[in-house]
Amino acid sequence: MKFTAPHIQYDLISPILIVLGVAVIGVLVEAAVPRARRYWVQVVLAVVGILGALGGTVYVLDKINAGSDHPKPGFLAAEGAIAVDGPTLFSWVLILVLALLGVLLFAERQLEGGVTAFAGQAAALPGTEAEREASAKGLEHTEVFPLLMFAVSGMLIFPAANDLLTLFVALEVLSLPLYLLCGLARRRRLLSQEAAMKYFMLGAFSSGFFVYGIALTYGYAGSMQFDKIANAVSSSSGDHALLLGGMGLLAVGLLFKVGAAPFHAWTPDVYQGAPTAVTGFMAAATKVAAFGALLRLFYVAFGGARWDWQPMMWGVAILTMVVGSVFALTQTDVKRLLAYSSIAHAGFVLTGFLGARSLADIHAGDITPVQAVLFYVTTYGLTTMAAFAIVTVVRDSGGEATHLSRWAGLGKESPLVAGIFAFLLLGMAGIPLTSGFTGKWAVFAAALSAGAWPVVIVAVLMSAVAVYFYVRVIVVMFFADPVGEGPTVAVPSVMTGAVIAVGAAATLVLGVVPGPLLDALGRIAQFIR
Amino acid sequence: MTDFPWLSVLIAVPIVGAIVVQALPRRANPAAPKQIALGVSLLTLVLTLVMTSAYKTDGGMQFTEQHEWIKTFGAHYALGVDGIGLSLVLLTVILTPVVLLASWNDGDNGRWSPNAFFAWMLAMEGLAVGVFAATDVFLFYVLFEATLIPIYFLVGGYGGPQRARAAVKFLLFSLAGGLVMLASVIGLYVESAQHQGGRADGGATYLVSELAKIDFGTDVGRWLFVGFFIAFAVKAPMFPVHTWLPDTTQNATPGTSVLLVSVLDKIGTFGMVRFCLELFPEASKWATPVVVTLAVISIIYGALMAIGSDNIPRLIGYTSVSHFGFIVLGIFVMNSQGLSGANLYMFNHGLSTAALFLVTGFLISRRGSALISDFGGVEKVAPVLAGLFLVAGLSSLSLPGLSPFVSEFLVIVGTFSHSEVAAAFAVSGIVLAAIYILLMYQRTMTGPTRAEVAGMRDLGTREVVALAPVLLLILVLGFFPKPLLSVINPSVDHTMSQVGKQDPAPTVADKTPEGAHE
Repeated sequence: MKFTAPHIQYDLISPILIVLGVAVIGVLVEAAVPRARRYWVQVVLAVVGILGALGGTVYVLDKINAGSDHPKPGFLAAEGAIAVDGPTLFSWVLILVLALLGVLLFAERQLEGGVTAFAGQAAALPGTEAEREASAKGLEHTEVFPLLMFAVSGMLIFPAANDLLTLFVALEVLSLPLYLLCGLARRRRLLSQEAAMKYFMLGAFSSGFFVYGIALTYGYAGSMQFDKIANAVSSSSGDHALLLGGMGLLAVGLLFKVGAAPFHAWTPDVYQGAPTAVTGFMAAATKVAAFGALLRLFYVAFGGARWDWQPMMWGVAILTMVVGSVFALTQTDVKRLLAYSSIAHAGFVLTGFLGARSLADIHAGDITPVQAVLFYVTTYGLTTMAAFAIVTVVRDSGGEATHLSRWAGLGKESPLVAGIFAFLLLGMAGIPLTSGFTGKWAVFAAALSAGAWPVVIVAVLMSAVAVYFYVRVIVVMFFADPVGEGPTVAVPSVMTGAVIAVGAAATLVLGVVPGPLLDALGRIAQFIR
Repeated sequence: MTDFPWLSVLIAVPIVGAIVVQALPRRANPAAPKQIALGVSLLTLVLTLVMTSAYKTDGGMQFTEQHEWIKTFGAHYALGVDGIGLSLVLLTVILTPVVLLASWNDGDNGRWSPNAFFAWMLAMEGLAVGVFAATDVFLFYVLFEATLIPIYFLVGGYGGPQRARAAVKFLLFSLAGGLVMLASVIGLYVESAQHQGGRADGGATYLVSELAKIDFGTDVGRWLFVGFFIAFAVKAPMFPVHTWLPDTTQNATPGTSVLLVSVLDKIGTFGMVRFCLELFPEASKWATPVVVTLAVISIIYGALMAIGSDNIPRLIGYTSVSHFGFIVLGIFVMNSQGLSGANLYMFNHGLSTAALFLVTGFLISRRGSALISDFGGVEKVAPVLAGLFLVAGLSSLSLPGLSPFVSEFLVIVGTFSHSEVAAAFAVSGIVLAAIYILLMYQRTMTGPTRAEVAGMRDLGTREVVALAPVLLLILVLGFFPKPLLSVINPSVDHTMSQVGKQDPAPTVADKTPEGAHE
């Protein structure tokens, strides 16, 4: 038997390899570098790795542009397992940027008095002598940086995966480090560990659904590869029930990751319990990766079965928006509120996702659903990141003051922080001249173009409900008087400051001049098949 | 001179002024930010007057500017004014300096510094000019929503005891209406994309001039119309979505109420003319019976609620619900008397309500109470105040010789030729207006002077100077409305031709717009 070596095209997948490589080096650093120097080595390594990966992405982009006479808008790498095309590259850039901001948040030491916001020694039980000893020694887990890099590598593969097996591996690679990171909070450790456990259990459960979906789809199409599945769908060969079952179960796995109802139950608990830096990173980057994967799977592999999955997705989108917006009304914790808001936003993105229609119906210059979804997750990701960064700086003696009542009178205490947070909330609410508005416009227009007007009407009504809970926070900050001694705004290092500044600036710029980004997305928003 | 971007300048000057005022040091010189703000608003007024002098009465859209903004959305930065737009821009820039002068000390006891109060007011002015001048639906929508933010902070930061509640109620009503409109705005994009898809340059457009050429078809046009109309009805405000207005005026400072009711709420009625009628003529005709009924209900209901109110700003809020009923009625009877009456009414209502809010604001700040029952016999201790109050009140009840009379008369004439029943009900609004104004005047000003108001100061120079231009304009335009009508009428004719309606044959000869032309 003759063995043929697979043709990998290492240069095309260099961003993934760089991030994975840096993550492995990070593990070695933990073993080899003295404790005192690890923090800086890890931070620098992570930043350099991400910048390197960004460089690699630019190189690949150049290569695709250079081959513009190439019949397809991208390349298939690693024997067709990885698709490197416009949407992939855009997701990569976005994930890497969010990862960079995430590293900055992870590296923040000034707020906790010289240590990071992660547990000094995760293995020490909460409330024991060992824990006190660890914090007295000023221990900190610098493993969080390699963990972050592993998660990022999974996120890079996720939207690029072009067969079901790669998709599943990417799902696990991105999830496992996140489960761990969620349990590493320095304060309120029991809550944090509970969150990690919950996330892990439900995540494992949803992976089970996902694998079952893979099995059924393989049974239907006889292949794991997206193009083969697409062929099987268009030629209607195989058992239709297998296809429906496969699509449904795969959707469960992916919708769990984006936090869409009815698979959203983990979101509020995990967002609340996880260290806020992790929550911010997870809320932003995971959504980008998962929506990238969702788009590719359902547009490329199942595009021909659009009429089968669209009704299900209509229901999920409507339910997600209603659950997210209505439950957010009663929240009293800022992190939980942002969690429910993220559920509602997942619903809005799904609205754009429903804009799928046949290419023949799309005129030149029309907004396409891929363009709209990618634009929306960009605006959402950057705004959310900055919002969680602000949550980390509003503190009292017990750490972060996340209860909403503790935010009363923040406008007097720190007009700058309260003002920026108010602006970000207005952005999420979709007030014009913020990125939230242009994003909403894009996804609603995409959905309406495809005739999904009932979903758009629900989306509009739920936007109105959402305005109420965002404004409620603004009212508390500006129009209520502080209870007791009131919250204090800790001065963070330049790193957290940079995250807030970047997020706020993006919210403004993408709201006022979204044209360039939208145009760029319009040029690249085409999947390679 | 025609290439000069007049309208952009009119938007930019107040907004830049707002930023400057906000950035000034807080305690160095407390009067400086106020003086600068007033200066900026006067500069805007002068610029507008210079621009108006170059306006040609029958030239259609003028001072146009157009730049592509967001290509993917088909959105443009496109400005221009016709007669209706110009009259409302004028109203905005005339009232802003008046309000700033009248509210000189109102920002001192707010939640934030007086700087912010004056800065928000200037920002409001710039955004309002932008709304009236926008000739691109997307730009209009963006500015329409953006104007909510200054008012929200003005009400929430500087008003009465229930201000936070009132501000939130205002914001939620407006945003809910706005979001419904968003669905229609996006619908316009989709329709435009389908109609323009075959064109060489491709893509959708939001330019009003292009959209007006599209025939949306019956069903689509009606749905889109409903989305726009709901937003404008909340804004205007019409029964049954008016409840935010009395709550807001009750809690806002008088200056804020003026900007809100006299200027911002006009966006609602302006939008009905510019977008509902001109873009969806068929749907507008289809909706006329419902809209006319709601307008008549607004007229009577607002007036009755005003009669029952003991709180003066709340009362004025309800009078506006009644007056907006007249304006909407004039718009939707769809003949040239009604429409030019409505457009004239927008301007005149702005003036008379401003006068009423400001003069009662002076009264309330002296007594420290807004309840009619806490006053009595003020005219003996403060005759100037009482006199100006009476003039403002009479203009609000449309006394002949004062400017609102002309517009109310035109609206009712127009309504008669549309439906005599509607007109008969609407006329009762005039009678009720006399009751709520004169009762208020009688209870507060006449009779024995109550002990609590015995030491009341009369109006000071600043207050008289602030009120004088408004009352003067009311008087002049009452006897001589021609300049304003000659600006408005060509635009009305344009709207009428867009709607495709002819005036019914018999009309009141000397009150037709042609008559006013001569």
